Amino acid sequence: MKIPVCRLADLPRGEAYRLEIDPPVSVFHTDDGEVFAIDDTCTHQDASLADGWLEGCEVECPLHASKFDLRTGSVDSPPAKLPVRTHQVVVEDGMIYVEPSQAVPNLPPCVGARLAGGLA
Amino acid sequence: MRTVAVVGASLAGLSAARSLRRQGFDGRLVIVGDEIHRPYDRPPLSKEFLAGTMAEADLALEADGEDLAAEWLLGVRATGLDRNERLVRLADGTAVRADGFVIATGAAARTLPGSEGLAGVHTLRTLDDALALRADLARGGRLVVIGGGFIGAEVASTAYALGLDVTVVEVAPTPLAGPLGEAMGGVVSSLHADHGVRLLCGVAVAGLSGESGRVDAVLLADGRSLPADTVVVGVGARPNVEWLEGSGIALENGVTCGADGRTSLAAVVAVGDCANWYDPLAGAHRRVEHWTGALERPASAVAALLSGGAAEPGPVRPPYFWSDQYGVRIQFAGHAAVADSVTVEEGAADDRSFLAVYRRAGEPVAVLGMDQPRLFMRWRKQLAQPAASTASVAPAAVRS
Repeated sequence: MKIPVCRLADLPRGEAYRLEIDPPVSVFHTDDGEVFAIDDTCTHQDASLADGWLEGCEVECPLHASKFDLRTGSVDSPPAKLPVRTHQVVVEDGMIYVEPSQAVPNLPPCVGARLAGGLA
Repeated sequence: MRTVAVVGASLAGLSAARSLRRQGFDGRLVIVGDEIHRPYDRPPLSKEFLAGTMAEADLALEADGEDLAAEWLLGVRATGLDRNERLVRLADGTAVRADGFVIATGAAARTLPGSEGLAGVHTLRTLDDALALRADLARGGRLVVIGGGFIGAEVASTAYALGLDVTVVEVAPTPLAGPLGEAMGGVVSSLHADHGVRLLCGVAVAGLSGESGRVDAVLLADGRSLPADTVVVGVGARPNVEWLEGSGIALENGVTCGADGRTSLAAVVAVGDCANWYDPLAGAHRRVEHWTGALERPASAVAALLSGGAAEPGPVRPPYFWSDQYGVRIQFAGHAAVADSVTVEEGAADDRSFLAVYRRAGEPVAVLGMDQPRLFMRWRKQLAQPAASTASVAPAAVRS
């Protein structure tokens, strides 16, 4: 499944776009011109990584400063303990597409509980 | 340095232990904690954990499989530091000898004199405190929160969501005026009234009343009596440094530290809520009780410890904290007390979604966000730059 995100030209370098699927995905355009997609929700607590601080291939969570590697999803800096999922990105004819990972997401406890409770 | 003892096993102690290993210390590492629990995260205790949406296991700060190759001495309190023998004495009569020490004994919740032994009266600092309070909130009824600070406000918000009838009593004319200033303290604390939670300001608590050992009312200095099934006392914290008295270490509002966490004793550093670090930007010592400081500062202190003070202190970041109340995310960075103006730069206070910038002589010194995480993040980074300037703050978000 390939989901259209936005036009590459509409996502300036250094910026992020939150794709409102469930769970949401954030797409980053790095200063070096690469495009990465990871789960938008920090694995520590409920915060949107698209709101975070992008530096190189790393994003810092806007709430508690956990850092994730955009290439692998791994935690570069605590308090997060679990990686975020990464998603395949394709750029075709100037359009960014994401192929969502089929792996189980590492959602934070309160978000996981909300989804499990059907309240989301 | 062959042995380092970290005294305190919460976020600051764990962060120090991690920093020791990351910075190449491969000797014996002993971590002492007065609670029986492995390191856990305290901020959710007044929010998600209290509400029941987060379990005890979710609070763990250590990652699965994380191994610091440390000896953990948990459930035992430190009772003294002997500078000559280079050892920490423990409540069980044993002692830990070490070459270097990290003091991270945190702070304890202040209590209300005369409330001892009265059931239904709580402070909130530890996991055990939160479990006890959660059990009482499950009884429902009327909750009176004494203190309109962040802990009090978060407990009020959580209890409101759980369906309790909540009243907050604050002795100052405006809650949160210390950390946020009068104007913004008023805006943030208006969240209570937005949700039908009563906020009584400018009135002191005279005492508590109770029959058969359980609280039934909070008595105010103006003669009013507030019926209560449960009472939470959120009136601040005091540093846990009594155990250091007589050790020769300089103490003033906690352990007196330089800008790198070094204390008046060689090879002893202090971090977290018990440590009163010198802040070169403020030109004064400041004991910062924020989670972020407990996470970030131990790296500088450990570098100073391992180098004997030769390491350059890390960059001074503006103090940062956050609070979640009534579904609104509040974030603050910097020093409000030094500001001579505060202006809303984005959004509107009435909408409870805005960004406000505090300035001194035109220079930004602090920033407050309500439900503005992206813009706040940019301002916070900007504040951390030595020559803060508003010009290059990024424009608002690209959004789907």
